Amino acid sequence: MNIVVCVKQVPDTWAERKLRSEDKTLDRESVDGVINELDEYAIEESLRIKEAHDGEVTVLTMGPEKAAESIRKALSMGADKAVHLVDDALHGSDVLQTSYAMAQVLRKIGFDVVILGSESTDARMGALAAMLAERLGVAQLSLANKVEIDGGTIRTQRVADYGFDRVEASLPAVVSVVEKINEPRYPSFKGIMAAKKKPVDKLGVADADIDAAKVGLTGAATEVVDFVAAPPREKGTIVKDEGDGGQKVAEFLASKKFI
Amino acid sequence: MEMHAELTPEQVAIKEAVAELCADFPDEYWRERDAKLEYPQEFVDALAEAGWLSVLIPEEYGGGGGTVADASIILEAINRSGGSGVPAHAQMYTMGTVLRHGSEEQKQRLLPRIASNDIRLQAFGVTEPDAGSDTTRIRTFAARDGDEYVVNGSKIWTSRFQHSDYMLLLCRTTRYEDVEKKTDGLSVLLVDLREAGDSIKFRQIRTMTSHETNELFFEDVRVPVSNRIGEEGKGFRYILSGMNVERILVASEVLGDGFWFVDRASAYARERVVFGRPIGMNQGVQFPLAQAYAQLHAASLVRWQAAALFDSGKQPGFEANSAKLLASQATWAAANAAMDTFGGYGVAEEFDIERKFREARLPLIAPVNNNLILAYIGHQVLGMPKSY
Repeated sequence: MNIVVCVKQVPDTWAERKLRSEDKTLDRESVDGVINELDEYAIEESLRIKEAHDGEVTVLTMGPEKAAESIRKALSMGADKAVHLVDDALHGSDVLQTSYAMAQVLRKIGFDVVILGSESTDARMGALAAMLAERLGVAQLSLANKVEIDGGTIRTQRVADYGFDRVEASLPAVVSVVEKINEPRYPSFKGIMAAKKKPVDKLGVADADIDAAKVGLTGAATEVVDFVAAPPREKGTIVKDEGDGGQKVAEFLASKKFI
Repeated sequence: MEMHAELTPEQVAIKEAVAELCADFPDEYWRERDAKLEYPQEFVDALAEAGWLSVLIPEEYGGGGGTVADASIILEAINRSGGSGVPAHAQMYTMGTVLRHGSEEQKQRLLPRIASNDIRLQAFGVTEPDAGSDTTRIRTFAARDGDEYVVNGSKIWTSRFQHSDYMLLLCRTTRYEDVEKKTDGLSVLLVDLREAGDSIKFRQIRTMTSHETNELFFEDVRVPVSNRIGEEGKGFRYILSGMNVERILVASEVLGDGFWFVDRASAYARERVVFGRPIGMNQGVQFPLAQAYAQLHAASLVRWQAAALFDSGKQPGFEANSAKLLASQATWAAANAAMDTFGGYGVAEEFDIERKFREARLPLIAPVNNNLILAYIGHQVLGMPKSY
């Protein structure tokens, strides 16, 4: 089985994130990059599918040179090889363009199942899985907290407000997984040493038949018009318990729609 | 931000992966183990399962085939996270004596099972109550009886005995009085603790740290001759060759602690406001931390040099011992600077400084006393008269 897992490098969740003043894109250089946390569940799930059904796991990453660090980590967790789509022409692409570029690569490398995390912690669009499925003309099984493959059929549990849906489709398919679907493994010592020897295929836009005019900041369908720094956190409200503390807490929770 | 000039990209990945594993074992976990004097079983299991304790075992025996530098990174990362590598470090290197001096049969029998985490070989009985650092004076005696040795005697400061399936034991097979060279007549035996059963009794020694360490008593312990490592009477040489690795790895852990002190104290000094300004603005607070940090990096470089020499097949006695000497001193400086930075909070258990502080005192005297390292450098390296 040919399993492709999409992995994005994002700024460290704990670091202060900034937009670049010159083109209003995310400053990826000044902060440490890490694997998008939600993608770690996708990597783990792809490795579990591989272990259960044989096959090969390919990491697909679109991002600058620096994203190679995250590719290495995915390989050290156990993925077999990687494709790194890296080209200055891609800088500033929005989700529509990203889905176009990645779909082109997926057409080129082929797949039985594509697995993604449910969203990235930097842009938080959560739309890439749906767009990829649409562009590739295959089934979309989103927000899965359970994935089973049986021959040419894939079944998932789709998380919903009311519980979950059971979803079934024929392969090939695109799946997005939610956190808690599994417990991502740590890279092991042997995994790290083996990752050094695993192939990483670097592709530019031309290599993947991507039309450079259809990607990048200038052709993006969305535009960041303006941005302001997040305001400093406001002081919290202190409620003094004068016998009605419980009631006040309940009122607060109700005002925030927690209860 | 720290640079990693000495580390390969894989080594940076090792450091990050170990730190990630350690993040699941936060301060509270270690504080509780310390308070209850409990062995951190879950932590050691997690390390073993991810293969971090078998890096020094060659790949042909199922291990990671890594270097002492790799092992050094792992242990430093553990201690820098706030935890301790002590409960597990001996599982990494005790097997080195078997690897370098054991027979092929012994290696096949032990190493794959250590690598797969099925057995623990992390106790090494060397020191005795009446011998101390003067190892040749040990009196635990293994008398030959057919295909077996019968061992009688006692050991002290044998760590992790309760969490080992096998232990290595240094004992006399010829008495001190009967050898020409005092380093002769010592042998290393591999003792199967499950078979030994009640013939070995232990008494756990309560110490200022939570390290599990014991006094052992051997009463007619029967060990098959086939469990002797290497030649009879040559054991002293075998344990010395393992000491350099131990020194380098202990230095690495100690450095991890030292960097932890500086990380914690400098963060605290940036945030803690007294007299209307962060206490880190005071040079009295700032300079000792800066000084300790520079000392830690210097010690770290000697450690890297020792590891590189060992990994290239040398026996870096001077470098390995110096690394341990300098690391323990730098970390002690960091520990005191952290204590001064935290003020009264430094002695409160919930800030963890006092726990690490207690641990930071130990490396100045163990596993080899710093004075003995100075005596070794003075005599063996600089050629001055022997002082002990």
